[in-house]
Amino acid sequence: MDRPTPPTKPTKVYFFGTCLVDLFYPEAGMAGMELLQAQGLTVVFPQGQSCCGQPAYNSGYRADALKVARAQLDLFPGDLPIVVPSGSCAGMMKKHWPHLFHGEPDEAKALQVSARVWELTQFLVQVLDVKLTDKGEPLRVTWHASCHAQREMGVVDEPKALLRQLANVELVELTREKECCGFGGTFAVRHAEISAAMVGDKVADIESTGAKRVVSGDCGCLMNINGALEAGGKPVQGQHIAQFLKERTHG
Amino acid sequence: MAEHAVNFAAASKAALQDSQLRGNFRRAMDGLMSKRAVQFADAKEWHTMRALAASVRLRALAKLPELLEQLETNLTRNGIQVHWASTTAEANAITLAIMRKANATLAVKGKSMVTEEMHLNAFLEDHDIEVLESDLGEYIVQLDGTMPSHIIMPAIHLNTKQIAHLFKQKIKDAASTGEDAAALTDLARRILRQKFMNAGVGMSGVNAAVAETGTLCLIENEGNGRMCTTVPPVHIAFMGLEKVVEKLEDVPPIISLLPRSATGQPITTYVNMISSPRKEGEKDGPREIHVVILDNGRSSVYADPELRDTLRCIRCGACMNHCPVYTKVGGHAYEAPYPGPIGQILVPQMEGLAKRGEMPHACTMCNACVEICPVQIPIVEIMGRLRVEAVHPSASVKDSGARASKTEALVWKGWAAMNTSPLAYKIATTAMSAVGNAAPGSLPLLKEWTSVRSKPRFAPRTLHDLARKKGIPNV
Ligand code: SF4
Repeated sequence: MDRPTPPTKPTKVYFFGTCLVDLFYPEAGMAGMELLQAQGLTVVFPQGQSCCGQPAYNSGYRADALKVARAQLDLFPGDLPIVVPSGSCAGMMKKHWPHLFHGEPDEAKALQVSARVWELTQFLVQVLDVKLTDKGEPLRVTWHASCHAQREMGVVDEPKALLRQLANVELVELTREKECCGFGGTFAVRHAEISAAMVGDKVADIESTGAKRVVSGDCGCLMNINGALEAGGKPVQGQHIAQFLKERTHG
Repeated sequence: MAEHAVNFAAASKAALQDSQLRGNFRRAMDGLMSKRAVQFADAKEWHTMRALAASVRLRALAKLPELLEQLETNLTRNGIQVHWASTTAEANAITLAIMRKANATLAVKGKSMVTEEMHLNAFLEDHDIEVLESDLGEYIVQLDGTMPSHIIMPAIHLNTKQIAHLFKQKIKDAASTGEDAAALTDLARRILRQKFMNAGVGMSGVNAAVAETGTLCLIENEGNGRMCTTVPPVHIAFMGLEKVVEKLEDVPPIISLLPRSATGQPITTYVNMISSPRKEGEKDGPREIHVVILDNGRSSVYADPELRDTLRCIRCGACMNHCPVYTKVGGHAYEAPYPGPIGQILVPQMEGLAKRGEMPHACTMCNACVEICPVQIPIVEIMGRLRVEAVHPSASVKDSGARASKTEALVWKGWAAMNTSPLAYKIATTAMSAVGNAAPGSLPLLKEWTSVRSKPRFAPRTLHDLARKKGIPNV
């Protein structure tokens, strides 16, 4: 993406956990912060944070989305990078906030915050250039790329590069890595049958890799894919990349 | 007049249960996507080409009113008769009048999506005029009595076996062709050849109309377009008013990107540049050429600077090929002349949000279409905008606000209240963590979710909680 890399490695970052992680996958959020701490960074988690506003934004309720997005702005003063363990929420802040705040009195502030947003794996690779040591048992995994990470944040290679650093992990890529898993926020319930067909195809693709685990960087996708894997009685499990990396590197 | 809402979910359900159909689409779309990818293997070239094509379309739209005037002047100067239609009904009436004047009872037609918008075939048949589709895919769909399922490949929902079966049912001497694609094509060609000779009128679409020269550009693969536009004594071309480009040099970027994006071909077999009817001493070509320029809601799309981008479209169909929803349900489920992503943003603007309000929601916003659209239409942003229009009355889109719901608005208000006050957020999330998992799976939304998935489980402690416990600083 067209974002200036901070000239020196920062010593301190903000963490925006996202509402989905907060409620359903807090372990993934903690793992994300611990990975950053392991690189010697101080991580700040502003307790006032809630949601980036995406659910309302994509449902056509932009005034409500604006209120919620606005409530986050003052929590991230200064110029520290803001790291987000989700390509989708990072994409909302990075790509859609400028549009959402366009013409608003606090537009400049929103742009200043938006410009500092990084997706977690992107930050680990591009800014911190992390080197991971694998302490886990041999394992075959596959990678599910979230649509917004790929197409809004331009995150394609970073997470796979991280997985490939792990000596005992064999990464088998999906046949249709770029294809959506069918989550799409309210789409999953509004068009439940189509969503079911989509996640069905995704599950089949995952199974055909022979992987024991499917790793992803977005909890919306994970909730969808994991839910389908579990309901279908499949032995494969989905896990957030932060948690997976932490598990592998902490022994 | 309150029009009934088209229920995409119901139509798609039937499609999802048809495993033959799903297999046909999956295979076809996989093939098209990989063929396209080969054409654009050089990322740098792709970026340059699409930026150029987008700029051609943007420039044309920026000057649309004056270019249309210039186009009319130059077409007229070239001896091509121009007809303006603000509605599809007007366009149909104009077509009928031309046919009557020419004493024509048979028309042969090349591919034209605008005539699908007009439901022209049905209209003319009601007036005892036979229209024969001459594009092979369109011919098959017409034989089958259905609609095109893709804007470029109208019969892509059928495989060879199904087409052979259809031919056997509908065509007398089809018994011997078996399931051989070449033999089937040959049979269709023989039938069509005869019709080309007898038709009083030939009809076609337009891929680009050049304002500076008054030229109609039409690309195709089968030669049927050339037959339709040269053999019958009268040619009627149909175009949406956005199809105009400024200069002749604006045509190559479009005709080079369109087939590459659509079918992965570097260029189409035929490129027709039509600049006048038959002149004195010339041996072929139609006596008369008419162009019907259709509005059908396009000028109100044009009036909104954000929605205007919809009109950049060059109808390559690539967004369909790459859409994970289209790939699953196929084109017929949309029950619209334009299916897939472009249809989801264009049709609601043409037909209104009362009837088509669900269309922009049948999208996961994955952006696969945006990534490959050769003219860089922000399809998903327009989709989002139409979701806003569906629930908020405005002057921008037909029937905006038609889907406004007090309950839904209230839910989002509550959501906003919870997410703007840290205290409310804390109370709400703590409550969800404590008792959320007790929610019965039969609740609305949860019921749909759990049709193929297990229930999402709230974690016992929120991230806020864990961070506090681990002493992660707050500022
Ligand atoms: S929206 Fe873009 S990809 Fe879709 S048909 Fe139009 S030009 Fe092609």
